[in-house]
Amino acid sequence: MSDTPEKTAAPAPESSIPAAPDPLDEAAIGAAVEQALAAIAAAANLDELKSARLAHTGEKSPLSLANRVIGGLSKEFKAAAGKLMGASRGRVAKALAARTGVLEAEDAARILIEETVDVTAAPRRRRAGARHPLSTLQDRVCDIFVGMGWEIAEGPELESEWFNFDALNFKPDHPAREMQDTFFVEPPEAHLLLRTHTSPVQVRSLLERELPVYVLCPGKVFRTDELDATHTPVFHQFEGLAIDKGLSMADLRGTLEHFVRQMFGEEAIVRLRPNYFPFTEPSAELDVWHPGAKGGPRWIEWGGCGMVNPNVLRAVGIDPDEYSGFAFGMGIERALMFRNEVADMHDMIEGDIRFSEHFGMEI
Amino acid sequence: MRIPLTWLREYAQVPAGATAEDVMAELVKVGFEEEDVHRPLDSISGPIVVGQVLSLVKEPQTNGKTINWCSVRVVPEGASQALDIDGIDPSGVQGIVCGAHNFEVGDKVVVTLPGAVLPGDFRITPRKTYGHVSAGMIASVRELGMGEEHDGILVLSTLGLDPELGTDALELLGLTDSAAEINVTPDRGYVFSIRGAAREYAHATGTPFTDPAALVSVTAATGPGFPVRLDDNAPIYGLPGCDRFVARTVHGINPAAPTPTWMSSRLRLAGMRSISLPVDISNYVMLELGQPLHFYDADKLSGGIVVRRASGGETLETLDGKVRTLDAEDLLITDGSGAIGVAGVMGGASTEVTAATTTVLIEAAHFEEVSIARSRRRHKLPSEASKRFERGVDWNVADKAAQRAVNLLVELAGGTEDTTGTDAGTAPAPVTVFLPAGFTSARIGIDFPPEQIVASLEDLGGVVETVDGGWNVTAPSWRHDLVTPEDLTEEVARLVGYDLIPATLPVAPPGRGYSRTQQQRRRVVQALADFGLTEVLAYPFVSKAANDTFGVTEAGAGRSAVKLANPLSEEFGYLRTSMLPGLIETAKRNHSRGFHDLALFESGLVFLPSGTFGTASIPPLGIKPSDDVLDALYDGIPYQPLTIGALFTGMDSPAAPGHTPRAWDWADAIDAARLVADVAGVDLVVEQGTHQAFHPGRAAVLKLRSGEVVGHAGELHPKLLAEQHLPARTVAMEINAEKVFDAAADVIVAKPISTFPVATQDVALVVPAEIPAAAVLETLREGAGALLEDVALFDEYQGAAIPDGSKSLAFGLRFRAMDRTLTADEASAARASAVALAAERFGATQR
Repeated sequence: MSDTPEKTAAPAPESSIPAAPDPLDEAAIGAAVEQALAAIAAAANLDELKSARLAHTGEKSPLSLANRVIGGLSKEFKAAAGKLMGASRGRVAKALAARTGVLEAEDAARILIEETVDVTAAPRRRRAGARHPLSTLQDRVCDIFVGMGWEIAEGPELESEWFNFDALNFKPDHPAREMQDTFFVEPPEAHLLLRTHTSPVQVRSLLERELPVYVLCPGKVFRTDELDATHTPVFHQFEGLAIDKGLSMADLRGTLEHFVRQMFGEEAIVRLRPNYFPFTEPSAELDVWHPGAKGGPRWIEWGGCGMVNPNVLRAVGIDPDEYSGFAFGMGIERALMFRNEVADMHDMIEGDIRFSEHFGMEI
Repeated sequence: MRIPLTWLREYAQVPAGATAEDVMAELVKVGFEEEDVHRPLDSISGPIVVGQVLSLVKEPQTNGKTINWCSVRVVPEGASQALDIDGIDPSGVQGIVCGAHNFEVGDKVVVTLPGAVLPGDFRITPRKTYGHVSAGMIASVRELGMGEEHDGILVLSTLGLDPELGTDALELLGLTDSAAEINVTPDRGYVFSIRGAAREYAHATGTPFTDPAALVSVTAATGPGFPVRLDDNAPIYGLPGCDRFVARTVHGINPAAPTPTWMSSRLRLAGMRSISLPVDISNYVMLELGQPLHFYDADKLSGGIVVRRASGGETLETLDGKVRTLDAEDLLITDGSGAIGVAGVMGGASTEVTAATTTVLIEAAHFEEVSIARSRRRHKLPSEASKRFERGVDWNVADKAAQRAVNLLVELAGGTEDTTGTDAGTAPAPVTVFLPAGFTSARIGIDFPPEQIVASLEDLGGVVETVDGGWNVTAPSWRHDLVTPEDLTEEVARLVGYDLIPATLPVAPPGRGYSRTQQQRRRVVQALADFGLTEVLAYPFVSKAANDTFGVTEAGAGRSAVKLANPLSEEFGYLRTSMLPGLIETAKRNHSRGFHDLALFESGLVFLPSGTFGTASIPPLGIKPSDDVLDALYDGIPYQPLTIGALFTGMDSPAAPGHTPRAWDWADAIDAARLVADVAGVDLVVEQGTHQAFHPGRAAVLKLRSGEVVGHAGELHPKLLAEQHLPARTVAMEINAEKVFDAAADVIVAKPISTFPVATQDVALVVPAEIPAAAVLETLREGAGALLEDVALFDEYQGAAIPDGSKSLAFGLRFRAMDRTLTADEASAARASAVALAAERFGATQR
């Protein structure tokens, strides 16, 4: 060992530099070892341990001095002295290492404790954004149909009257045409309007796609209703259209039931009631059984559906004797109202950040 | 359509205990929607009885009013009061204070006794007033909830009533009846009648139906009646405007005869006011049989009636007192004096039935649907009559309805039937539809036995003839909506019940999933939300000023925008050409609600008309237009690109221990636009730009690599922010996402990655202050050559040691070769050539 004494180190209490003990005096060496072990054990921290180390293993420590004496001993004593001193110094070194390990571990643990923060006060460094629940819910609906192999079709919101009405078998003077409460644009001679449903996208799909067609048409639609708790002039719909050989109303019901089960859970069922729409015949009103409805399970009116009117197929050049199909349409706002218990339409359109942020990225 | 239950019961077997709710539930099964229940007893309850005024003392009051202190007998003469209610006198005579003066001693009136409740939760109790205890009330029509039009006391003799004292007045006045209100779809005009409703109720319940029309036996005409000529020289769609006109006359009616309460109460429940006996009869017959009638004062007609189209400039004063200029397409009822009515829409004032009318000419006509619809729309005259004609009226019921009206005028108004009659016109050919066997089963998915199909169609009133391969079905005269096999199919399914339709799930052919654009859009919207923005959905209706401010870069240029013909609000009468007005409105609303730190975005369509706008005509329905016509339709649709806008104001995050928030600034707006392009995989070029809505020094124009402008971003103009009461330094961006998405490469080609060591070098250049950093950066990239892997601007400095009008830009350059470790000399040489090019282009000097 060749420790260099440090000038700054505090001298050990017993360092009144005595004469070197005899390296053959087992009692004296044993006492020095015991003193060293006691000092090491008593060291409460790494600084005290360092002092103990200098005092008991430093150059002027009794054990070092005794060790140095061995060199001057005659040959016959050297071995015994070497053995005694080696063992003694080994004991001290081992105790030092063990104590160092303990104190270093304690020290590390203390630092970690001292570094404790209040995790409950963690700042949000970046504001949490949010999707509008109508758009999230619309995505959810689309995912279900894409999962069934359907495709998503879209079209313009400012639309030709022909796509919105005539192609869908709305006769020019029929009351059904007025019931749609249409926003027309100037000049009226241009025959443009804000689409009252996403059905014009169905017409476009049939004109543009190869048969068979299974498409879902989500989007914004417009009616001249004043905004109140349950009405809004701008709302979102999704309409489905399937045109294939041999489709029946049973296929319509099967599709709707599959969809509502994924949307509202396994208990959801649909009810069809006769109704009238120019673009479907037979036509039906679609109700959904909502077991979890606020105020108890009940039927919720959700939309319309039916078998596509042959005049709609003729308008896009499809032979109704060869192909048949079904269509349905539901409102997203309405779904949000009964599925997520939104009581007032104002919340959906005013853009109050609390509304979207409550939903975050989910629905 | 409101259906009074007592009326329905005359023609359908409604169980004795059935309520209006029960009736509606049955009708829902066959395709009608529940609307409402009208039941007077929900708001009125007894004791309300017939009383007679025994004495009446007029007592003037200090407030100027005179009250009547009345004693009223409310039990029959000689009988005693059986009711034991506080305030009801055992003598059977009540003392009542009454403020109205339209009654006299001896009049029989309706007395609401203590314990009664009137509409509006008005509870009758004895009360002290004007020095008396008034124990009850002598009721008016309005207090009984029977109408708004009369304020005075209801004197029963005016209704032709002379009941026993003490009679239950609720029963007497028909207030114990109730009505079910259903919504009738536009294809089912025949259900705008008790006749149709009873028929549907019978279908729903499988019970017998009595046709009220069949109960009327039409008097065989003893000679030609009032002369009527049908003269339509301009039919619409080739259909004559009037194909039947039945005219009948009743003489000597008593114009003062009252309407019986059974009739007025049914009319009231059906939603119609009682006006006069003749008017009430015409409405009653219309409600019962679905045939609108018009009554003329026969003495005011001059010459015969001609039904014809209007000629130019003709005018007519209608029953509502307005003078209307007629259109050449209007179908008119005329006499020698000219127009006396717009057919099926509204009658004229000059031949109106009045309190002096004694001879009535009844018109029961059949008018064509489109003609009536157009006149009604043109003159904005929706009426009970036009509502029915537009939806189709039974051609066969006209003579029955006229006879029913004759009978009622004879019975109730003391008139005499004129046995001559007019019935002009010819019946339309019946429509026969071939229904192939198996068609109905295939469309519905139920294997219907043939006999069930036949029975259902016959049940509807159809005539079914079995022919080879199916049936020929002739629809009943009231079902104008049954013209295709699909129509008949719906009827069969409806009567059998939609609940029996099974569920089978058709398997769609393999789909292609979301299109590229759909995926791009969804990822962009999600990325913006992930970035910390909140998605909003504003209405696309904006003011002209908003379009002129946000839609064009230069002030005063104006904006070609789509104007709504019928906006909900004139102020917001245009379709948006920019997303920013909606975001600004939303930001203001949030601001006013105490939210000052906002990051909002919206994705949606903007409407940018240019060039062709719509089409002058539209093709007919039911046939595919030619390719040219379709192309014209497509071309006429204005450009509506998907556009994304974002707005930031306030701080980027909430202050918190250990976190200092940062104010949103112009760079965040640009960053949001970059995010849109990044997510779509498109390079966005940001250049210094100008836009009237933005701060002149803090606006970026956003371009594609092609140079095409796709948007703007930066700080909104301080003046505009002040006008909008939004905080200074509010920033925004708007980008045409459709163009960005279209610019995305189909395939992104990989770039080889060198694993040789990097050599980095920094350079600080002093350039004139007006030189854009991006231009210097691009120049360095160009000048450094192929060894440059990347270059980034990491500092910008103006101030000490930099000459006025200059700025220092610090760039980090990263060099690397594909094939070797670069030497320091090679990297320095590349850097030097980059600097040299910047010096050449911009006079850049190294610091």
